[in-house]
Amino acid sequence: MILAQTTNALPDNTGYVAAAYLVFFALVLIYVVIMASKLARFERELTELNQLVDERAARPPAVTGSAPAGAEEAARR
Amino acid sequence: MLYGTRLRALSIATLVTMTAALALAFFYAPMDADQGFMQKIFYIHVPLGIVALCGFVWGGINGIQHLRTRDPKYDLRSYVAIHLSLVLGAGVLITGSIWAKASWGHWWVWDEPTLVSFLIVFLLYATYQPMRFSIEDREKQARYASVFAVTAGAFVPLNFIAVRLAQAYTHPRVFATADGGLPAKMQLPFYLSLLGMALLYVTLWRYEMASKNTSWQLRALRRKLAGDDAVPPVGRTAAPTLPTS
Repeated sequence: MILAQTTNALPDNTGYVAAAYLVFFALVLIYVVIMASKLARFERELTELNQLVDERAARPPAVTGSAPAGAEEAARR
Repeated sequence: MLYGTRLRALSIATLVTMTAALALAFFYAPMDADQGFMQKIFYIHVPLGIVALCGFVWGGINGIQHLRTRDPKYDLRSYVAIHLSLVLGAGVLITGSIWAKASWGHWWVWDEPTLVSFLIVFLLYATYQPMRFSIEDREKQARYASVFAVTAGAFVPLNFIAVRLAQAYTHPRVFATADGGLPAKMQLPFYLSLLGMALLYVTLWRYEMASKNTSWQLRALRRKLAGDDAVPPVGRTAAPTLPTS
């Protein structure tokens, strides 16, 4: 009963006001979701690049001047 | 330049200002004698419109800077400003239509100069992205886009003044009217809402700039680490490209 009285007291164009504010918040939300998806892509790319750097660091450094022992052996074969 | 700096503080300031503005609009500002509760749309519709139009002008200012210096960062700034203003512009048109329906009983009124002039500005800027996309040469694309941003940016205030000078209008005037304009208790929520909207625009602009810059820095890093073959060439796009070396 109280709810019905409260509802009657509200102006009848509340729906339009709510719709206008919802449109605004929806626009901002869509923008934020797009930004979040971009951020997720950057994170993936950074992970890939980090892996690439780790792989490079794990590899033995190339010797300059003389050929490495493995390369000499391969050449003999 | 790092566009991501101070973004957290800016985001918090935006959130606080917007929340305070909405609270004041609904709980402090009095009901309008004519329109009643539906006048609350005003606190979001008008700031959206003002900030969108200022964003278009900001795009034009960056266009001038780009034409003067040929620095691609200004083209990117102009592009992001116009892109964001278009999003806000769509919001202005939709919220305005809702208000028109509630107030006048029609979604759109063609003999209303303010509505039609905003639509003209919006449609003008809606051609910006297709125009950029149609030009393949990057240098030419940036230059033409800047010329567009400058001329269209100059059109925005001219258009606004022309509409203000028009005699027959039914659209409500809020500033400097003969009857005195906005009542004092409505001014505070309105100006706070305007500030919040401006902060929201600046925050989203900086997020977008940071995103574009990060994307190109990642591309440059991948090229350095894995060689040119690891980075696919940039296809035809409307978005500006930044030097990655």
